[in-house]
Amino acid sequence: MRASGAIDCDVHPNVPSMQALVPYLDPYWQEMVDVRGIETFENRSFPLMAPINARPEWRDGKGRAAESVERIQRELFDRWDPAIAICNCLYGVQMINDEHMAAAFATAVNRWIAAEWLDKEPRLRASIVVPVQNPELAVDEIERWAGDKRFVSVLVLVMGELPLGKSFHWPIYRAAEKHGLPICIHLGSSYRHPVTASGWPTYHVEDYVVQTQAFQAQTASLISHGVFQKFPKLKVVLAESGVTWLPTFLWRFSKGWRGLRIEVPWVDRSPLEIVRDHFRLTLQPFDAPQNPVEVARALDHLGSEDLLLYSSDYPHWQFDGDDLMPAGFSEELQRKIMVDNPLATYPRLGGTI
Amino acid sequence: MAKHVVATAAEIPDGGRKLVEINGRPIAIFHVKGEFFALYDKCPHEGGSLCTGKLTSLVGSDGPGRYSLSRQGEIVRCPWHGWEFDLRTGKSYCDPVKMRVRNYAVSVESGARVVEGPYRAETFPVSVEGEYVVVEV
Repeated sequence: MRASGAIDCDVHPNVPSMQALVPYLDPYWQEMVDVRGIETFENRSFPLMAPINARPEWRDGKGRAAESVERIQRELFDRWDPAIAICNCLYGVQMINDEHMAAAFATAVNRWIAAEWLDKEPRLRASIVVPVQNPELAVDEIERWAGDKRFVSVLVLVMGELPLGKSFHWPIYRAAEKHGLPICIHLGSSYRHPVTASGWPTYHVEDYVVQTQAFQAQTASLISHGVFQKFPKLKVVLAESGVTWLPTFLWRFSKGWRGLRIEVPWVDRSPLEIVRDHFRLTLQPFDAPQNPVEVARALDHLGSEDLLLYSSDYPHWQFDGDDLMPAGFSEELQRKIMVDNPLATYPRLGGTI
Repeated sequence: MAKHVVATAAEIPDGGRKLVEINGRPIAIFHVKGEFFALYDKCPHEGGSLCTGKLTSLVGSDGPGRYSLSRQGEIVRCPWHGWEFDLRTGKSYCDPVKMRVRNYAVSVESGARVVEGPYRAETFPVSVEGEYVVVEV
């Protein structure tokens, strides 16, 4: 099914090699890549050869995918015809322990995205990659790109050093709110802590599926710390989260809030309402049964048609064939998910399509 | 609606409460700084006895890390799950429109008036000297 005019809110350009980034690094770091023998910063959350990380037909002879604008034009734009696609580059910047090195590589990744992707394909937009390790440096990075309207959000991983609600991160939210940039919280870890709440897992499948725990933890953290009272215009996009974990979590969270809200009195309304106003979720992967009737029920449990944002998760392997939109979505809902909801979420897209 | 004499004013001190039964209905009487309030004694959530809940202030905030207290003692917290109810209205904090507990009008009347009637005081004797808590049910 084509999706002409849609806004694809989660696609992943891959950095082909360290050498691709070197021209975009400052001179000191260019030399360090050579002298220190830095080979790559690929994130362990996305091992290249894991089947989920690229559909087979999109891999080259070495198994690599989504490494050039020509490939995304052919594989994504020609096939589904979206009006816009938003690049979330998951290169392992947020895993680097040295926060200055992280900032240098964040800048290089953003320069690479601007030059190698955005300059070459006008239908592309991108999230600003930031060194979350140091919010002051992260704000510098946001300010560096804020004047470029092709950057439409700020990208962080769902698992970093600290829960995202903590005031440590608030300078990032202040800058994001000021510039109309939603915070995109994407699946993935900086591996500072075990990726499950009960310790290190053994297998990749565990690592991948339990990330919903982290989305729950960050949703609870952001709301409980009062981030949306402090930054009332801030929007959060949960990307590649699986979506359908949300209703049961919110039933639990809203019930808990009723009895415990005196602990966090700035949370002056139900978490359910705060999520409806401030959180959005990308569509793929969509964890649901095959039966369209049951899918419709799951959508009903979300309680709002405003929450979902169309996404392919290109080049990740989340669905087969052309059926990006799961069965069970009404025509009206599909239109909202493809166009209206993204436009309402990313103010910087306004007037550009 | 009938007026029921349920207690002497003196037996429920400030901050105190008394559980009474009127027409088979459990009703919690609270005394807060000279005012009396009456609520149906079952939390609309799971049925906890509000009469045994803590009386608290209304906790508010104008931003993260900022706390304010108002209306000291006028909020009852259900002892089971901590849901808060306004003694004046019976409305819950969490969902004031849909989740509320029935409240009743309460007054303190002199023994002389109570003796005149038409009050119902089946459970204990009334004398003209005392003051009595009267609930309309």
